[in-house]
Amino acid sequence: MARNKRAIPEINAGSMADIAFLLLIFYLVTTTMDTDKGINRKLPPFDEELVEDPPPIKERNIFTVLVNSNDQLLVEDEYLQISELRAKAMEFIDNNGDGSCEYCQGYKITTSSDNPDKAVVSLQNDRGTSYGMYVKVQNELVAAYEDLRERYAQEKFGRSYRSMDEEEDKEILKEIKLAYPQKISEAEPLNIGG
Amino acid sequence: MAVIKKKKDKALPAVNTSALPDIVFMLLFFFMVATVMREVDLKVTVNKPQATEIQKLERKSLVTYIYAGAPRVKYQDKFGRSPRVQLNDAFASLDDIQPFVIQEREQKSEEDAAMMTMSIKADKTVKMGLITDIKLQLRKAQALKINYSSNQPKNVEALYSSEN
Repeated sequence: MARNKRAIPEINAGSMADIAFLLLIFYLVTTTMDTDKGINRKLPPFDEELVEDPPPIKERNIFTVLVNSNDQLLVEDEYLQISELRAKAMEFIDNNGDGSCEYCQGYKITTSSDNPDKAVVSLQNDRGTSYGMYVKVQNELVAAYEDLRERYAQEKFGRSYRSMDEEEDKEILKEIKLAYPQKISEAEPLNIGG
Repeated sequence: MAVIKKKKDKALPAVNTSALPDIVFMLLFFFMVATVMREVDLKVTVNKPQATEIQKLERKSLVTYIYAGAPRVKYQDKFGRSPRVQLNDAFASLDDIQPFVIQEREQKSEEDAAMMTMSIKADKTVKMGLITDIKLQLRKAQALKINYSSNQPKNVEALYSSEN
């Protein structure tokens, strides 16, 4: 009976912190926080039979970008540096040749695109093109569209397109994307300088 | 003088550390939740290309990875130096991509399967021939949402220099 009356000794929790630290350090070391980032693209669905006659597109509405196996650019039959590509693409998309686009600020050149809705960027590379170059070209073309959308958003809504929330500003984003629809088409790569 | 002496005599009270385990546990739980264990053992060298117009891949559970690059030095005797495809933990041929995608899709719930994104993690020196072949396989497997995994460059000018 006397034994039962003795108080239960308290568990020494002094080393608890040590154990927790040990675990903490383990997770600190194994953690990889980096979220994956990249350029989102959509592939065209695969069809066994060739699509019967694609709708004809006027030559002036196509912005051809060719990349050869030496990672050189040929844009609209003109040798170009990657740093010039974005401005050139923006000029083409924003050209507004038929005057139907009210927000465009292009030069209305008759040999360039009719309006952003009709403008198509056509990208073709060689099988020998490096992936790094390909991503860079893709990046510049996407950036051209993003810059135009940004300008449109600033002028129409006075807000930055890039900082808009996908859920909250759904309607606005939809309108902006409709104003400058991203039309990048990829042709089957060539195999010249493999 | 007397006053100072009195102060010196007083022992410094020990800092109460009883809340320390709590703090540490809090941190621990944070890291436990935030941790994503490295899922695959990379057998190819992947030096990702750089791009500025990049988007985050929000939900990891929707993403499936395809790696492409030259085999690492320790695998070069066996697999050579030309770029290869890696799926999960093993080298794979192009024909393996379709079954791989289908298998990955089956593991996901129906809504998720429709939103599945293929992340192509390829070395920037890989030739487009290989990437095009991968893309063709993905198209055949109906995995049309893709993402070219890239890094944000530290300074944008570096993007346009010829070395990269």
